[in-house]
Amino acid sequence: MATEGLHENETLASLKSEAESLKGKLEEERAKLHDVELHQVAERVEALGQFVMKTRRTLKGHGNKVLCMDWCKDKRRIVSSSQDGKVIVWDSFTTNKEHAVTMPCTWVMACAYAPSGCAIACGGLDNKCSVYPLTFEKNENMAAKKKSVAMHTNYLSACSFTNSDMQILTASGDGTCALWDVESGQLLQSFHGHGADVLCLDLAPSETGNTFVSGGCDKKAMVWDMRSGQCVQSFETHDSDINSVRSCRLYDLRADREVAIYSKESIIFGASSVDFSLSGRLLFAGYNDYTINVWDVLKGSRVSILFGHENRVSTLRVSPDGTAFCSGSWDHTLRIWA
Amino acid sequence: MPCLRKMERMIVSMQDPDMGIKMRNQRLLITVIPHAMTGNDIVEWLIQKYGISEEESLHLGNLIVKHGYIYPLKDPRSLVLRADESPYRFQTPYFWTSTKWPATELDYAIYLAKKNIRKQGDLIEHEKDNYNLLHKRINHTWDFVVMQAREQLRAAKQRRKGDRIVIDCQEQAYWLVNRPPPGAPNVLEQGPERRNCHTTRVQLTKNMDYYKREIEYCRKAMARTRVKSSICLEGYIKFNEQYVPHDPIMSGCLPSNPWITDDTTYWAMNAPTVTIPTKLRVERWGFNFSELINDPLGRTQLLEFLKKEFSAENLSFWEACEELRYGEQSRISEIVDSIYQQFLAPGATRWVNIDSKTMERTLEGIKTPHRYVMDDAQMHIYMLMKKDSYPRFLKSDLYKNLLAEAIIPPETKKRVFPFMRKQRHSSPSPALLLPAGDAEERSRSPSTAPVPEEES
Repeated sequence: MATEGLHENETLASLKSEAESLKGKLEEERAKLHDVELHQVAERVEALGQFVMKTRRTLKGHGNKVLCMDWCKDKRRIVSSSQDGKVIVWDSFTTNKEHAVTMPCTWVMACAYAPSGCAIACGGLDNKCSVYPLTFEKNENMAAKKKSVAMHTNYLSACSFTNSDMQILTASGDGTCALWDVESGQLLQSFHGHGADVLCLDLAPSETGNTFVSGGCDKKAMVWDMRSGQCVQSFETHDSDINSVRSCRLYDLRADREVAIYSKESIIFGASSVDFSLSGRLLFAGYNDYTINVWDVLKGSRVSILFGHENRVSTLRVSPDGTAFCSGSWDHTLRIWA
Repeated sequence: MPCLRKMERMIVSMQDPDMGIKMRNQRLLITVIPHAMTGNDIVEWLIQKYGISEEESLHLGNLIVKHGYIYPLKDPRSLVLRADESPYRFQTPYFWTSTKWPATELDYAIYLAKKNIRKQGDLIEHEKDNYNLLHKRINHTWDFVVMQAREQLRAAKQRRKGDRIVIDCQEQAYWLVNRPPPGAPNVLEQGPERRNCHTTRVQLTKNMDYYKREIEYCRKAMARTRVKSSICLEGYIKFNEQYVPHDPIMSGCLPSNPWITDDTTYWAMNAPTVTIPTKLRVERWGFNFSELINDPLGRTQLLEFLKKEFSAENLSFWEACEELRYGEQSRISEIVDSIYQQFLAPGATRWVNIDSKTMERTLEGIKTPHRYVMDDAQMHIYMLMKKDSYPRFLKSDLYKNLLAEAIIPPETKKRVFPFMRKQRHSSPSPALLLPAGDAEERSRSPSTAPVPEEES
């Protein structure tokens, strides 16, 4: 009916304006408690001295762009995946390759090491996340024991085991994240809310172990409750200018706001991956201009720039004991820096 | 690509008549090219403008050249910035990478045909291959290609030599970016398509449901307790200060960082289960309860202490609940039952002391067992250990002795012959520790699975 249609439009418009006014009020509430900037509080902290970090190992062996890597809990082994479908497990201390798997798809954008060190997970353009138990038996073909765990409707962009080998968290280009039971492949919980591709996720190191954060192409970082599937907090980059690709931002969950931006005029390319040093004082960020920038989280200044890669840095992670970090690049190599 | 727009802004400011690079005539053998600059000029300008080092400036300049916004006049075949007197010029906006007019096969064919004619067939290998490939593929329009090529060459002959060189270089730079030679990185490659809000394939129509969800989210978010920035940020700084001595990258580590000296003693001394832990490690157990309980060695010490206080069942209960939380879906009923029998049933051998309300809720909940059914009880016991047992643990003789006996490793001695690389020992892979069947057993227990010790 024409009258019904009119009624619906009115409610839609009023809902929209209510949502918008609430958003405005929320911003006001957030701003009320913002009484100081990070660099002001950090004035009393000593500045960092000269910083020297070098490439200590270069891992060569991938035939194409390295897209992702993860550390084993033993602090020296890593798993890496690349565009040509190869997933390699290295003892990066000796630079020996210990296992290699060829996935049936290209662009393996996600890989993860199981907490026990006995398995790895990976996926990409196949829209799945598969788990491979690691075996040293000569006659065993690793692909034979492969378990297909997660199924998305678009590419897999990130995956991570939770506290055990039995659960996997995935993020996908289909705009969702999901929690899976590895043994049965059952979907335990799905997380909807991103308005575009989800590109990365990370688990919160909390005592209750209940939340994780995901980042998407909708410029949002969303914090999720793993039990309920609800988004409990979200942060949006308020950049009206799409052209200014600001580098990295820091959000405080308790203050519920952005507290720092790490950028420099001379850095014109975006960062692809970030990680903190053990104490949280340093932020390592890998960029699409082939470099790694080291930021002083408190002062907001760039402490060091590391050269070496010959193409984009696509992945970067600090080792479990904080002694080094590993970077993977489109130049087919991985580097360990310390 | 937003980074290209940033690059263009940079380029524009480089050409600013007052603050930009001073352009002059550059000599190329006998020809004079106007409006050019040297590699040095570019590097110097970037150093001055952004306050960066020469290394960074050279790197940035190289990226600009690689993307075709500045091209070399000498040796135009390689898009590389040399920090010397080599002459460079700004690319005409017509050829800017961001202009994105499709670099079609036809255009490329005409370009190669021109080169072919001029060089009388002596093209470089990959251009020769491409030429032949195109000749096959668009054979039907080849007459047009050759005609266009000839026409453009004829028009070019009528220009001054300087202009001819410039136009050739501009074109060459453009094609080097759009058709990189094999082995050269393709700066235009973006990887698999990622849709953002503007071209989303995710169904997020802004209908009534969408706004209802937004409203609900805002209401919940308004009700959230926020903490003043000053308190949060102070808290963050305190965390930093506490952990910096434990951060190997910031403070180094004793005996030495294995990655730097190739000496794995640090890992051996900090292995999950050692006889005598290091001082830093034992100190860390005093930072907060999760540091203690999440360190396998710390946890064993905690167990020893709880045994003395006759509350060891708390830790075992907590571990069993973790097993439920992170275990296989298929074993949920089994684990819940086992927890009930051991810890919750009246008269259970290891009965845990939970308040009656929580106990009631839990017993009701286990009638329909699920992964999170023990959450309340687990949290209660965790808080008990944290607020009650943990402070006593820190004051106990047990802990004091651990601190007193903990070792501070001596610094790795500098090698007599530092240039001789120390042998890098391999270590057994965690996947090797047990035969296949047991590996499943081990992968079951969350994060308590001991990680293999390193050979020292």
